[in-house]
Amino acid sequence: MQTSFLFGRLSWESLPLHEPIVVVTFGVVALGGIAVVGALTYFRLWGYLWREWFTSVDHKKIGIMYMVLGIIMLLRGFADAIMMRLQQAWAFNGSEGYLNAHHYDQIFTAHGVIMIFFVAMPLVTGLMNYVVPLQIGARDVSFPFLNNFSFWMTVGGAVLVMASLFIGEFAKTGWLAYPPLSNIGYSPDVGVDYYIWALQIAGVGTTLSGINLICTIIKLRAPGMTLMKMPVFTWTSLCTNVLIVASFPVLTAVLVLLGLDRYVGTNFFTNDFGGSPMMYVNLIWIWGHPEVYILILPLFGVFSEVTSTFSGKRLFGYTSMVYATVVITVLSYLVWLHHFFTMGSGASVNSFFGITTMIISIPTGAKIFNWLFTMYRGRIRFELPMMWTIAFMLTFVVGGMTGVLLAVPPADFVLHNSLFLIAHFHNVIIGGVLFGLFAGIAYWWPKAFGFKLDPFWGKVSFWCWVVGFWLAFTPLYVLGLMGVTRRMRVFDDPSLHIWFIIAGIGALVIAAGIGAFLLQIAVSVWKRKELVDVTGDPWDGRTLEWSTSSPPPDYNFAFTPIVHDNDAWADMKRRGHGRPLTGFRPIHMPRSTGTGVILAGLSVACGFALIWYIWWLAALSFAGIVATAIWHTFNYHRDYHIPADEIVRTEEARTQALASRG
Amino acid sequence: MRRFGTLLLLPIPLLLGGCDLIVLAPAGDVAAQQRDLLVISTLLMLLIIIPVMALTVLFAWRYRQGNRQAAYEPDWDHSTKLELVIWAAPLLIIICLGALTWAGTHLLDPYRRIDRIAAGKPVTPEHAPLTVEVVALDWKWLFLYPEYGIATVNEMAAPVDRPIDFRITSSSVMNAFYVPALAGMIYAMPGMETKLHAVINHPGRYLGFSANYSGAGFSGMRFAFLGQSPQEFEQWVAQAKAEGKGLDRARYLELERPSENEPVRRFSPVAPDLYQAILNMCVEQGKMCMNQMMSIDARGGLGMAGVYATAPLAYDKFARRGAAATYVASICTVEEEEAAFRAAREASRPGLVTLRDPSPLRGAGLGRPWTENRRVGGLVPAVQPAQPSAL
Repeated sequence: MQTSFLFGRLSWESLPLHEPIVVVTFGVVALGGIAVVGALTYFRLWGYLWREWFTSVDHKKIGIMYMVLGIIMLLRGFADAIMMRLQQAWAFNGSEGYLNAHHYDQIFTAHGVIMIFFVAMPLVTGLMNYVVPLQIGARDVSFPFLNNFSFWMTVGGAVLVMASLFIGEFAKTGWLAYPPLSNIGYSPDVGVDYYIWALQIAGVGTTLSGINLICTIIKLRAPGMTLMKMPVFTWTSLCTNVLIVASFPVLTAVLVLLGLDRYVGTNFFTNDFGGSPMMYVNLIWIWGHPEVYILILPLFGVFSEVTSTFSGKRLFGYTSMVYATVVITVLSYLVWLHHFFTMGSGASVNSFFGITTMIISIPTGAKIFNWLFTMYRGRIRFELPMMWTIAFMLTFVVGGMTGVLLAVPPADFVLHNSLFLIAHFHNVIIGGVLFGLFAGIAYWWPKAFGFKLDPFWGKVSFWCWVVGFWLAFTPLYVLGLMGVTRRMRVFDDPSLHIWFIIAGIGALVIAAGIGAFLLQIAVSVWKRKELVDVTGDPWDGRTLEWSTSSPPPDYNFAFTPIVHDNDAWADMKRRGHGRPLTGFRPIHMPRSTGTGVILAGLSVACGFALIWYIWWLAALSFAGIVATAIWHTFNYHRDYHIPADEIVRTEEARTQALASRG
Repeated sequence: MRRFGTLLLLPIPLLLGGCDLIVLAPAGDVAAQQRDLLVISTLLMLLIIIPVMALTVLFAWRYRQGNRQAAYEPDWDHSTKLELVIWAAPLLIIICLGALTWAGTHLLDPYRRIDRIAAGKPVTPEHAPLTVEVVALDWKWLFLYPEYGIATVNEMAAPVDRPIDFRITSSSVMNAFYVPALAGMIYAMPGMETKLHAVINHPGRYLGFSANYSGAGFSGMRFAFLGQSPQEFEQWVAQAKAEGKGLDRARYLELERPSENEPVRRFSPVAPDLYQAILNMCVEQGKMCMNQMMSIDARGGLGMAGVYATAPLAYDKFARRGAAATYVASICTVEEEEAAFRAAREASRPGLVTLRDPSPLRGAGLGRPWTENRRVGGLVPAVQPAQPSAL
């Protein structure tokens, strides 16, 4: 490939002007972008956004920004999904469909990468970021600047993935980029380099955010909150972050090795010179399996909080819930090989990993029973979060069952890589992670914004998602049993057609669900006066986050609460705890900084330069990163005190608001 | 609403009746046993899944807020007996399933020779297995029948009730060899050999394909698997012998070039050492075979001289297989190698290159290469007796 000093591999041919679909997409995105930028400029919001949001180190704002990132990327990832469904429903009876292999192969790769790294991860991280400090009675996370930096690195990764849509191309390798296909001989283009650098940059953010939240949970709990008095969501967050810190370095390492193969000519994963592609497959799944538990565990926490709150009852079997979580955390490291039983490991190795996988279903089953018996003899209010929880319980057990089925190696030999597998993991990721996120969003929205989400559009979204999910993925289970494999672009057996059409309709119903969700947010903002909650505790909550106002003040708690019971706020309410109204003291808070944005921006430039072999820019931006990091260490204006009289005013306002409610 | 829901479910059995669930109704004994395991495991799990789903609906309905008759115990959060049950019930199921898995995985290990043709029909010495060497190419399948000296592309046949020993490899990237009607899949990987043992019990034409994404032409990487009576199979072999052109290394290198949606092709005769050369990534003239390299490495390598021996080893590191003629051998024989070293030493780097005794390269002093395939991590290291003919 031709490279120049100034622009590396980048040239006019890198722009996909020959792909009409991409050009139209670019047009729409560009127009939308111009509209947004124009509106922000017209309403003079740049300064506000920069000061109050982008540079903020407040865990609440960072949490919300993570959620916004996740929802925007959901739209992109889902657009990919719809395009795949359309192609597969179309390419029958001799038709090639509307996507060529070059485009289609990028789409399924991007769909997987985006949905896992830039939808599920930001949404889960955002939820943890927002809720955990409030649940443990802390004023922020342990390292507030690091938190801001982590967020912007995640954004940086997302920016690179989005850039690949319009400049060059994305990987055509499947979302885990197995070599030798992803190595330089078979993927000489920039796609895999985009993949590597997007994940490396986002990975820095994820790992640091994991370290941050572990420290926060270990060190910043309110007095009296021993580990076994922590809310379950905090427990599952702790386990998730332990998993992040222990597994993401493996991903980083394996991508470094793949990068060395591609850039420097080493032979870690080549066919040549003793390289072993199988090593890559092992390493990536040593990260990849814990990753799925990273996604699901916090949502198990959400379901625990929701079930207990809306059943008006203490969580059944708190201790066994905690142990189940810890057991899952440990076991998730002992199962990775079940992703490639078909690689030809011996029967004993395969059985070992099959059986460890099944063992995970024991603590998971115990969790389901715990939720069941939390509902037992409760008074269940079917608000939106609870509806999502019931839908989860009914959906997830099916996904769990098909998962255990796939853990039986001989059964996996006939179902591996089939659409049955696709149906299985969407069954647990949509039925578990996504339903949990919707439950969590509906549950904590009033805490974040001071008004509830509109229940009507929420219910529309709920039913569209649940019905759409089953419509879209039941056919995939059937197709898997018909021996249809994944990532196919064209089909020639006409008997499969009807199932792909049904799946396509299901995807459209899900699209309606996403639409209704966005509409729900818009309607709720519009009707925020009607939906307002001034109590800070709209659901009769049980954990500390409900003891403060909605939205909480910058400092979260005027006085650090003291915890006596694992449902701390329920316990305080029962014992008639009164809000302290006097004796406020200045509160020490971290100060906003733009360093995170700058570092992440330089990282994106560095990644982009490495992708396109623009060596001077890579060197320059890397030097910039180091220099900025050093410069930041000399920034001594890192903190400030909120004066006592400002706290008095804030708390007085809340007292009046509570009183006005009567 | 509910009645409406049931109505919506009505067409599903009709649809299912119309489609061919090949995984649940295969034509080969191995796939049938895998199917049995799949069904038994599902039933075993339904023992717990159905009650859980029923209880979820029941509790959700019974303890709804509107039902004031139902008991309400807000502080009830522990019961040791119940906890024992909720941990023990899944545990018991998993113990059963685990035992089933252990036994089933060993019995159905694809590397294990099958011991029955079908239920109640054990394999006897009369059942001489049919060896088929499978090569996944970009993007088609090559089947070599060493016993018959034929090879085919995108169509393979096997007589019913005769055990088949598959030896599977790939020329470029990972694929998975899968005939759902016959047996489960196994990966095909370059420079490595995987194995599969199976038997087809019912004559018919079945679909086979790659079940692991391998690049642009992946969708078209399908082949027909023909289960035939012995007479039909003889005819099929005869047809290949009659129609086929010879498949030597040069023609293989042409065939290996990336192509999509290939029609069926037949070859005969086939160079007898071709499969070993493919497996050891040394089809091109002058390329050192991987098994040779491995036996050199096992003897301690060539030291600094080995640096100069890398050229004949490069396979597909810098370009896709068959994308272009990228490689010219500089050293083909031990004599040339010696001459090259001598030249290098005399030319510029007197201290760097020490000429080693080349006799191990000639085979002197080497132990007997492995004749029995040894399993390491499930893979067969491609150490085979060197095929001297073409080198």
